[in-house]
Amino acid sequence: MAASSATASQRVEPNYIFIWIYLIVLTGLELVVAFAPISKAEITGLLVGVAGVEISLVAMYFMGLQFEPRSLALIALIPVALVGFMVLTVLPDAAVAIYPRRGGGEVASMANALGHELSGPNPNLNYRPRL
Amino acid sequence: MSEVSTAQPHFDQPLAVELLESPLTPENTGKLGMWLFLSADATIFGAALVAYLALRIGSTKWPVPASVLSIPSTAVMTLILICSSMTMTEALSAIRRGHQARYRGFLTLTIVAGLVFLGLQAREWNHLIAAEHLSIDTSLFSATFFILTGFHGCHVIAGVVYLGVLLIRGWSGKVSAAKSAAVEIASLYWHFLDLVWIAIFTLVYLI
Repeated sequence: MAASSATASQRVEPNYIFIWIYLIVLTGLELVVAFAPISKAEITGLLVGVAGVEISLVAMYFMGLQFEPRSLALIALIPVALVGFMVLTVLPDAAVAIYPRRGGGEVASMANALGHELSGPNPNLNYRPRL
Repeated sequence: MSEVSTAQPHFDQPLAVELLESPLTPENTGKLGMWLFLSADATIFGAALVAYLALRIGSTKWPVPASVLSIPSTAVMTLILICSSMTMTEALSAIRRGHQARYRGFLTLTIVAGLVFLGLQAREWNHLIAAEHLSIDTSLFSATFFILTGFHGCHVIAGVVYLGVLLIRGWSGKVSAAKSAAVEIASLYWHFLDLVWIAIFTLVYLI
């Protein structure tokens, strides 16, 4: 890090104007995608992808992460790992919320195939802990 | 043997190996500290955004953001922050070359951009509270919206104050090419605000 800072003023700096123009173009692209006549899932995927590119450009060039040593880049990656873990913990609930019918239908068809009948409310839903 | 045992290490002399390998050199402690702070702050913002997404996915009454929020106005706010990142980079580049007037000019532009951003956010909040009758306890949507944008707005206010102090120091001649590390650390903070806003703009306003 000391060595990198010592050469910070001598390093070849990227053309920040180009990065700035890229960011503006990508923001415009986000606005186009947000109102494009495609499915919600496609819009979400594209927007997350474009935002990821924008965030990477800011971190790598404007914040200079590209020119820093790996130890500093690892510090910057800590929140990425933590947020990724948080997303993983939320994913099961999200999947149930997004695809409730498909999940129920599959369970019901599996039960039918096994000769069981699914009827009545799930007893686990009425479970109350004894205090 | 006795010579070795009586020899005292010279702690007052800098060790070349230490300077090359350790990140904790005097000129870099501030930068390292800012990165650690930003890392912690990014985790807080990330947790807030994940909580927002979890609540939104689980809710059946979530409004379409574009029907409540002004996307054109927010797009302008995003462009202003991106432009402010550019002016901040130019200010840092100027002070590294010792161009004081250019440094002060670009830093002033960055501060003005931050103030315009805050003004537009205040206008948006005023519209939502006065015209749409939204408050932090109206719904999950309004609660998460006000918390996320408010938390970011507080950071922008702190950033404007931070840059204001650097501008005053620039006018009093306390910032120079040799002392540009302070400006570099401040620029890290300012770019971070831009980075977080891109995530908020995408997840809260557009999706």
